[in-house]
Amino acid sequence: MARSIKDAFAGGKAFIAFITAGDPNLAATEEYILEMERAGADLIEIGIPFSDPIAEGVVIQEADLRALKSGTTTDKIFDMVGRLRQKTDMPLVFMGYLNPVFHYGYERFFTRCEECGISGIIIPDLPYEEKGECEAIAAAHGVDVISMIAPTSESRIRAIASEARGFLYVVSSMGVTGVRSEIKTDLASILTAIRKVTDIPAAVGFGINTPEQAAKIAAICDGVIVGSAIVRIVAQYGTEAGPHIYEYVRRMKGALRS
Amino acid sequence: MSRLKRRFDKEVEMSRGRFGKFGGQYVPETLMNELIRLEEQYNFYKNDPAFNAELTKLLNEYAGRPSRLYYAEKMTKDLGGAKIYLKREDLNHTGAHKINNCIGQVLLAKKMGKTRVIAETGAGQHGVATATVAALLGMECEVFMGKLDCERQRLNVYRMELLGAKVHPVESGTQVLKDAVNETMREWAGRVDDTHYVLGSVMGPHPFPTIVRDFQAVISREARQQILEAQGKLPDTVVACVGGGSNAMGMFYHFIGDEGVKLIGCEAAGHGIETGEHAATIADGSLGVFHGMKSLFCQNEYGQIKEVYSISAGLDYPGIGPEHAWLHDIGRAEYVPVTDDEAVEAFEYLARTEGIICAIESAHAVAQARKLAPQMSSDQSMIICLSGRGDKDVAAIARYRGIQISD
Repeated sequence: MARSIKDAFAGGKAFIAFITAGDPNLAATEEYILEMERAGADLIEIGIPFSDPIAEGVVIQEADLRALKSGTTTDKIFDMVGRLRQKTDMPLVFMGYLNPVFHYGYERFFTRCEECGISGIIIPDLPYEEKGECEAIAAAHGVDVISMIAPTSESRIRAIASEARGFLYVVSSMGVTGVRSEIKTDLASILTAIRKVTDIPAAVGFGINTPEQAAKIAAICDGVIVGSAIVRIVAQYGTEAGPHIYEYVRRMKGALRS
Repeated sequence: MSRLKRRFDKEVEMSRGRFGKFGGQYVPETLMNELIRLEEQYNFYKNDPAFNAELTKLLNEYAGRPSRLYYAEKMTKDLGGAKIYLKREDLNHTGAHKINNCIGQVLLAKKMGKTRVIAETGAGQHGVATATVAALLGMECEVFMGKLDCERQRLNVYRMELLGAKVHPVESGTQVLKDAVNETMREWAGRVDDTHYVLGSVMGPHPFPTIVRDFQAVISREARQQILEAQGKLPDTVVACVGGGSNAMGMFYHFIGDEGVKLIGCEAAGHGIETGEHAATIADGSLGVFHGMKSLFCQNEYGQIKEVYSISAGLDYPGIGPEHAWLHDIGRAEYVPVTDDEAVEAFEYLARTEGIICAIESAHAVAQARKLAPQMSSDQSMIICLSGRGDKDVAAIARYRGIQISD
């Protein structure tokens, strides 16, 4: 039985690592997920590549295109997760745009998620108003549709947070994913607004890449999400990225422990 | 207003941005409050007499409206069937219907307190129209255009720069229109407080399909009145080309409630549907969610958006506006594929027969009219929406005929 999202947040501040499935190929993704677990990652977000990822910066856009070019499909990603489940029970979630999920068929998609122990999904182009698309079907298969809160959410925070499942993904900055040297959003007041309505874990993502940033942000939330910084290592080292990813995740997780 | 039309409007209103199962707001949370604000502001200004007076003044005195409804007598005689009228959107300032929407949206943006507008563009027509209105109304303007399109349409890039806009060549993805839309959405998500995204077609997240349709509906508001004045009765058929579908939606809108009027949208069939090299979404697309809307898209078995093809850059889009998808679904409008070959022949035909060089996009509608008119009787009539003029296409048509001329 795979461990849950709740377990990921049980041991202190969570380090959530994102990786694009199939970049540069699915065997590498499988290996890198295990490396990240070994390095201390608490939850892995597996990105389902999409031809047109409108919420991504250039690093993840290019990873998506490399993954699609290498022949990655939704079916092959499920097969990879199935193989992974022979080796680990760590909490896993998907990150993917709605169209590939919609096109696969919600019932079929979430049935397969349940079979291979995927416990949540982040869908960046599925806002609060549209989550009725698939939230109930996902829930019936034990999959949480994870809600996002942005710097512009303001009065929406209350509604979004009060219905949130799994954990809340707090977007640190305006714009798209990608490494940022500075995060200017007043995260503390967003977190305060969230805490008024829910006690489910809140993790912050977008732009985080250094241990110092991670430690600073983790002080006011339950975990940090890092994507582009990891994907950039994959882009640089290709199929030889394992040790580099391990080292990076170990340092980042270390910063959350201290 | 007819009962049918009222039913359509009510259905849309009740479902908040839905046209049947199509439409919606599938965007990142970062943009949601801005879309809600846009909807509120639009709903206020669309009923504001001062806003409408300013809009009408700009449409008439700056863009040159109303556009003519021209009786194409030679073409009518030559085809030997229905009377053919051309709605001359090609005579608007900047040479296409795109200006109708740009005047509306840039004016709205200004009222909302924005100082900067951004836009996507394919061939450059919408970019040029946005840059034009931004210049007029004193707004900063940045246009996102696929790198391949920039290379193919260098003249339009320079035109936008002349108008004071900054053009960003988009190097991501396939470097064409859909990628330009992606990049403009990304840019908008990064900067909403002072920036409005002037979306160029009846697509994207709610409220854009409604806003763009309303600003383009001036086409059918005029055409309906003009044809009643010309012949004392409604047309039997209305024909328009469809990419995202803004000129067609504008051309159809005020005829939707007229049950006897056939509405026909012409999609780009490129080299032919069977070759896979086309942009005919209704003919070959399937239900999906992309660019903020649920609609029909050209996509593969895993929901990855396909590269599409048409000789016409303005129709080269893998989706179609949600209201069109709905009109198709309920059988109120018919959508037909028209190939490159047919469009080029129609382009040449209209030039020789009526002395009008129309846009290659509009030529898709002309091609369909050439097929339909002879099957109709002389007491019937049709309107073709001539959405744009063809100066921009001359070099490409020459190339298509094996003649190299530099633009």
